[in-house]
Amino acid sequence: MIHTDVIIVGGGPAGLCAAYSLVKQGVSVTLFERNSKLGGQLVKQTHKFFGSEKQYAKTRGFDIAAKLIKDLEPYSAFLTIEKNATVLGIYPDKVVTVMKNEAYFKYQCKAIIVSTGAMEKVLAFEQNDLPGIYGAGAVQTLMNVYGVYPGQSIVMVGSGNIGLIVSYQLLQAGVEVKAVIEAASSIGGYKVHASKLRRLGVPILTNTTIKKAHGVDFLTGVETIQLDESWKTIPGTEKTIQCDACCISVGLAPMHQLLSMAGVHMKYIPEFGGIVPIASDTHETSYDGLFVAGDVYGIEEASSAIVEGYLSGLYVSNKLGMKSEEINSQIADFHQQLEYLRSGPFGKKTRQGLEKIKEARNVT
Amino acid sequence: MLHKTGIPTIEQVKDQFPEQSKLSKPKAIIECYEDIPCNPCETSCPFQAIIIGPDINQQPKVDFDKCTGCTICVTSCPGLAIIVAEVHHPHAIIKIPYEFLPRPQKGEVWHAVNRSGEIVGDANILQTLVSRRQDRTLLVSIQIDSSLVYEVITIRRKHA
Ligand SMILES: Cc1cc2nc3c(=O)[nH]c(=O)nc-3n(C[C@H](O)[C@H](O)[C@H](O)COP(=O)(O)OP(=O)(O)OC[C@H]3O[C@@H](n4cnc5c(N)ncnc54)[C@H](O)[C@@H]3O)c2cc1C
Ligand code: SF4
Ligand code: SF4
Repeated sequence: MIHTDVIIVGGGPAGLCAAYSLVKQGVSVTLFERNSKLGGQLVKQTHKFFGSEKQYAKTRGFDIAAKLIKDLEPYSAFLTIEKNATVLGIYPDKVVTVMKNEAYFKYQCKAIIVSTGAMEKVLAFEQNDLPGIYGAGAVQTLMNVYGVYPGQSIVMVGSGNIGLIVSYQLLQAGVEVKAVIEAASSIGGYKVHASKLRRLGVPILTNTTIKKAHGVDFLTGVETIQLDESWKTIPGTEKTIQCDACCISVGLAPMHQLLSMAGVHMKYIPEFGGIVPIASDTHETSYDGLFVAGDVYGIEEASSAIVEGYLSGLYVSNKLGMKSEEINSQIADFHQQLEYLRSGPFGKKTRQGLEKIKEARNVT
Repeated sequence: MLHKTGIPTIEQVKDQFPEQSKLSKPKAIIECYEDIPCNPCETSCPFQAIIIGPDINQQPKVDFDKCTGCTICVTSCPGLAIIVAEVHHPHAIIKIPYEFLPRPQKGEVWHAVNRSGEIVGDANILQTLVSRRQDRTLLVSIQIDSSLVYEVITIRRKHA
């Protein structure tokens, strides 16, 4: 059994910032990341980010990752980073099991922060298993991490920020984006992203969904169909768009499995994208000493994952008995930042989700 | 319209411009029509000419008397929602953010493109700038017919 003060599961923005808050105070942290690179979703993002400058807005995603990693360098004495290391289970008494290079390790610690992020949702339609049909994460990994074309011409399904941004990145890479289709009656993501695409000649088709994929051994086109305001298909409105790739970007769901397995009180909260822990105001779950931060505690943005990460690190140091005026004032500042990030119309879902968490807390 | 197609109406666009007399000097035109949590335009402006305020969801407003047309906000905006425009009849000069290859070169003539992605005229490339601060977003100055000043938003390369 290997002992450490705090274990962080997941090296995305939330996990990296949580680590920063802790190592800065001299707490020993071991961070596990199942990929070969730290940064989570950020390493695939080539666009400039939204938010306020406090959360590194106007910096490109992969550069934000690099910055967060660099911030940790001065504290390397307190930080052990294990890459290619997947956390497999969390057991009673804060025992954590890890698989690294085909070997199995057991750790024990005083507190755990789970920041495993999210996974993509899928869409059911005829022949959706044809080669050429990808999730947005796969398209970005191929294109932006490995420099491989996902196809020559593509149809994007979903007009949330991810669908819009990945479409723009595809155009930058030289892929023809035939259309962005959206089942709802209005564009889901920020209109500035939509306008960016539209001026490049990409049609955005609302009230439209994908009916089936054409092709035998690989994708040759998709059949779209229009939807009425109650999301019913309108027969006779089918259209075929020729393409050799199709990207499904219909939302993310929190990666809750480790928490569910550990017996944490969970709840399905649609505003948060799926099953999330019923955590306290200090991000602590029903498992004493197990905290959460980032997309695993409700799908949001890197800006809020960063702030939640810093915050949860501070909450954990409180839990470990470290208390000071400085910690309190930092907590207050991060709270204020989160409040501002969530106060607009796009923060409505998060506000509703948090309300539901509060209600659920009172029940349990 | 905007929420279904991504295309703002001409009225929405015109509302972002100052009166024509002010356009004898370069001015920032911001098309950010929605309350989103974002404020790099405000924090990047060295002249405090863009106001959002502490609630970063508010839409940016330009104080045209303070705006010098320096273009710093143009390449700071992650939404590529800002251009700088000036009018000297019969021409207008606009400065746009651009993130595609190949890079336009001074002296070339490209298509001038509107907010629907349609070609509406010619754009003479006057200058292409890329500095460290711009973080790989080009700033391209183009000269267009002044009648197109409310129409043109980007450029497209002409096929040889
Ligand atoms: C296309 C796209 C565009 C975006 N644009 C923006 C934007 O402009 N502005 C913005 O603020 N946000 C943006 N986001 C959102 C942002 O990237 C995410 O909200 C943010 O990355 C969430 O951070 P996180 O740390 O919670 O999770 P992630 O970044 O997903 O990181 C989780 C990490 O945990 C690791 N992990 C998971 N399970 C395990 C395990 N069992 N063991 C070990 N490691 C594990 C994963 O490998 C991953 O590295 C965008 C997202 C996408 C996909
Ligand atoms: S052009 Fe310069 S002065 Fe005008 S708003 Fe933008 S940054 Fe400010
Ligand atoms: S930086 Fe751009 S997208 Fe962000 S608020 Fe300003 S104008 Fe809007």
